[in-house]
Amino acid sequence: MGKYIFKRVLLMIPTLIGAAVLVFLLLRMAPGDICAVRYLGSGLAIDESQIELCREQLGLNKPQIVQFFDFIWGYVIFDLGDSMWTGQPVTHEIAIRFELSLQIAIMATLVATVIAIPLGIISAVRQNTMTDYLVRGFAIAGIAIPSFWLGLMIILGLLIVTQSWLGEPWMPPIEFKSIWEDPIHNMAQLIWPAVATGYRYSAVATRMTRSAMLEVLREDYVRTARAKGMVEKIVINRHALKNALLPVVTILALEFAFLMGGLVVTEQVFNLNGLGNLMVDGVERQDFAMTQNLVMLVVIIYVFINLLTDLAYAWLDPRIRYS
Amino acid sequence: MMVTVSEVQTEADFEEVAPKKPWTQVAMDLSRKQPLGVFGLAIVLAMVVAAALANVVSPFNPLQEHFDAMLVPPGTDSYLLGTDEFGRDILSRLIYGSRTALLVGFVCAIVGSTAGLVLGVASAYFGGLFDLILQRVLDVFMAFPLIILALAVVATLGPGIENVMIAIILPFVPQCARVVRSNALAIREIPYVDAARALGFSNARIILRHMVPNVMAPYLIMLTTFLGQAILLEASLSFLGLGVQDPIPAWGLMLTNASEFFEGSPWVAIYPGVAISLSVFGFNLFGDAVRDTLDPKLRSR
Amino acid sequence: MSKYAGFAFALAAGVGLAVGAGGSAKAETPKKGGVLNFIVAAESPSYDGHKESTFAMVHPTRPFYSLLIRVNPENPSSPTDFQCDLCVGGVPKPTDGGKTYTFKIKKGVKFHDGQTMTSQDLLATYNKIIFPPAGVSSARKAFFKMVDTIEAPDDETLVFKLKFATGAFIPALATPFNYTYSAKDLKEHGYDWHEKNVNGTGAFKFKEAVAGSHVEAVKFDGFHMDGKPYLDGYKALISRKMAIRVQAIRGDRAAIEFRGFPPKQRDDLVKSLGKDITVQESDWNCVLLFTPNHGRPIMQDPRVRQALTLAVDRWGGSQHLSRIAIVKTVGGIAFPNHPLAANKAELVRLKGYGTDLKASREEAKKLLAEAGKAGIKFELLNRGTDQPYKIVGTWLIGQWRQIGAEVTQRVEPSKSFYNSLRKTKDFDVSMDFNCQSVINPIVDVSKYIGSAGNNYGNYAGQDQELEDIYNQLVQEGDEAKQREIMRVMEKRALSDQAHEGITLWWYKITPHRSYVKGWKIAPSHYLNQSLDQVWLDK
Repeated sequence: MGKYIFKRVLLMIPTLIGAAVLVFLLLRMAPGDICAVRYLGSGLAIDESQIELCREQLGLNKPQIVQFFDFIWGYVIFDLGDSMWTGQPVTHEIAIRFELSLQIAIMATLVATVIAIPLGIISAVRQNTMTDYLVRGFAIAGIAIPSFWLGLMIILGLLIVTQSWLGEPWMPPIEFKSIWEDPIHNMAQLIWPAVATGYRYSAVATRMTRSAMLEVLREDYVRTARAKGMVEKIVINRHALKNALLPVVTILALEFAFLMGGLVVTEQVFNLNGLGNLMVDGVERQDFAMTQNLVMLVVIIYVFINLLTDLAYAWLDPRIRYS
Repeated sequence: MMVTVSEVQTEADFEEVAPKKPWTQVAMDLSRKQPLGVFGLAIVLAMVVAAALANVVSPFNPLQEHFDAMLVPPGTDSYLLGTDEFGRDILSRLIYGSRTALLVGFVCAIVGSTAGLVLGVASAYFGGLFDLILQRVLDVFMAFPLIILALAVVATLGPGIENVMIAIILPFVPQCARVVRSNALAIREIPYVDAARALGFSNARIILRHMVPNVMAPYLIMLTTFLGQAILLEASLSFLGLGVQDPIPAWGLMLTNASEFFEGSPWVAIYPGVAISLSVFGFNLFGDAVRDTLDPKLRSR
Repeated sequence: MSKYAGFAFALAAGVGLAVGAGGSAKAETPKKGGVLNFIVAAESPSYDGHKESTFAMVHPTRPFYSLLIRVNPENPSSPTDFQCDLCVGGVPKPTDGGKTYTFKIKKGVKFHDGQTMTSQDLLATYNKIIFPPAGVSSARKAFFKMVDTIEAPDDETLVFKLKFATGAFIPALATPFNYTYSAKDLKEHGYDWHEKNVNGTGAFKFKEAVAGSHVEAVKFDGFHMDGKPYLDGYKALISRKMAIRVQAIRGDRAAIEFRGFPPKQRDDLVKSLGKDITVQESDWNCVLLFTPNHGRPIMQDPRVRQALTLAVDRWGGSQHLSRIAIVKTVGGIAFPNHPLAANKAELVRLKGYGTDLKASREEAKKLLAEAGKAGIKFELLNRGTDQPYKIVGTWLIGQWRQIGAEVTQRVEPSKSFYNSLRKTKDFDVSMDFNCQSVINPIVDVSKYIGSAGNNYGNYAGQDQELEDIYNQLVQEGDEAKQREIMRVMEKRALSDQAHEGITLWWYKITPHRSYVKGWKIAPSHYLNQSLDQVWLDK
């Protein structure tokens, strides 16, 4: 096992270096200039020399290769530098938004799990019946509906419903408060995106649960249990579910990693000040320092969670370790 | 975002699978045993017909503005689904928009999965250093959430339909290559490949005659999964202002423009939203059916 | 009363009140207390007024600071009504043939940290703005080209000596970015300190800020205007999406968004909230242009450029677009309400402003045919912002289709839009805009001369006649003559050479919760944002 872990960790290194190179190149190839965005976006007449001065101060006039090694060196000395837009340390900007993104990811995962596992099981057990078709239709609809559209509709629906019922239109708060500071405010804001995201996410997990269950239900030991006359419920709970859950948990874990930074559209719709929004802002402003580190953070989280799931698999199934 | 998962899932499912059925028979199975799939196919066919006959069935020119009928509700005069902010007929734009959706969907899915097929088969067949390096490169691409990679690529290339398609294709390639490779690896071990080599057949011939036909199942599954994803991704990029641009009729664009006007004129958002959801729904149902049919593990006994 | 009658009533009442005499707010006695929540559509990189140029900096931070003089908050629509903020005795008249301005400075003004403000602080502030040391950024240094020296002979006097007499100096002083900093802060903390720190003499003190989310402020008890401010504080909330901004007003998460909403959103808000919404509207000192790239062979022929401007139905567009976009007024190169602006009789003489649309478009087709460019195909570069760029861009393409031009649109996010416009110059025709704060037409119209830094038409050095007309305009002291020269320049730039095509002037619409009182709309989203006179009727 120790050797396997070592091998897997070693394999992460080229992936991360490759990702860093890719991010760096993609960003630098993009046309545009953060200083032009900063000084010209408003249309006010601006002294051209100010833009040059700004570029100089941000180190954008340095050779690309120097900028690349600055970026990599930042990871070695644990100093990711400052955002080129706000001048605040990148780590500070990320820290402000991390809690929100983490909370949404957790809540959405909970919503997804609660919906997906029971639905997936029912769908598998009643394969090719009307129930199965309905569940699958519900699940596929979750993937098919654009999340920003769902988000806009949720907020509009809330405004209309509250106005007709309470007389006063109500909408979720638009600024974040920590759950420890003001739990009601916090939940009033985050429950909606969590449900919208969780539904999409559950669609995927429901389908996974269904197919994993179907597979397990066909295994010999389940057939044996059934042949022995065991009550169906016990067969499903004791034998099938336990074995079907592993791939489902894997999917949930990998999705969790994506949720941490991949909610770029949903965060816009619900006005969430999270990592996804920070990324969109970074890209729009051409803030290299912010974007490259943020993308790397998402990649690192993803690669790391991937590693954990692989290790879990290897631990559960010794064959993998030796292949 | 979410969409990435179905690949991971497919990959997990197909890791050790070597399908053996010829695919003509597979098509037969599909139509008989998959009512949902047939429903999905019907939606897809309806789209194809709408796209093909757009200039015949559209009541209006989709580009024609009617400033005397801006944002009129459905059913007013001859505007069956109402008009948008320029007084353009929404139904006509939806019908023409299916061309854009199909173009984005099919081009991205076919190019993405075919490139994946080529890389996956080549990687499995040649093995060695080529395989090792290619796998590490694919690892890099797979380490990005789909939307973020697409966002970064389109930010680099700039908006517009061609660039959006490139941005969507790029993340598809490694996903398909992975799945194809793991299937192809299994086939490579089968004696007839060795026999073919021993007989002195060229690499190209072995690959085309023996490897490729045997990885058609995962290839087709990935292809159908990509169809819906591409349409959704295009809509998401449009929402971020990076998609197809006016005046080209496109659903994602219509929905994005609608986010300014949907409070007072909900129809501008509802119909394109429904069109996107329905088409992706159709493609996914169809894809699921293809997958259930082609995947021997899930094939009902 | 039916829903729609109520809607019509509220709209009429709201608009009438605000656009009319300035509202009945004068009669009411301001109430004290309360916190104003408002929305800001973007986030500023820093709090340094001297360095930034975005409304996203002005709206949350302007109330922290005072200016030497400011636009009169009771009459912000006037382009010439300035009043003292840190000075006393009114805005001074120049002496020495218009070359010396002597300001008397208010006594006993306190900074938030307790320091006393004197003319030394203003001297340090204006030295930083006008004569920044090497490596220090000052975005509007060029506004003050006319200033020769600044002196503070004693703590209550500030003297500006100009190189030449000009009417552009006082409007430049009233620019809302000229925040007054303390000389001590600049000396002790350096010139970059104000990017992240706040210490001003304004009505409100900085309380807290969360990047990407909000800026919060509380009342400054030592504020230098008696009895003000009325509010206990305010919170500026950042929201990037138009839909959210409108919904936030509707759901009362915020009371106002100062930059402005599109007309449709105004109508929706009025319809759902009725008398709880008050609408203020004003012409806006921003104009949306299309700029043909003279560097492209197809755009070199003036007949082609004239055809493009002739195809545009400005009078009809004003009616149609003012229902969906933040544009409305048909105008020439000068701000429509200004004495120097063209009236309708003068406008209709310009190509593309005529009232006979059919004739204009026939002429356009004929010009294209003569130039051998019938059925011309080109690409319109546009900025990836819905309001008003993308809407007007899409409309323009429809206008050009009427003269047989086949136009595609390339929309780019701001960062690459400017890159294409300035650096690569890779466009046939681009959307372009001219958006200034204090109305100052003589300075603002420099946009139209090829040599201007913010002119992107690539015709520098190709039209000396236009440059000469502008120089004449700048040096003319008499307003009637200025007006004449302005007409000549307008005809040359928009009609004879059609270097630039004006679409429509922007129109600022600010629907807000009716309990917000004391704020009056200005012709620019940069102006009248000190908030000291704003109160809540709750």
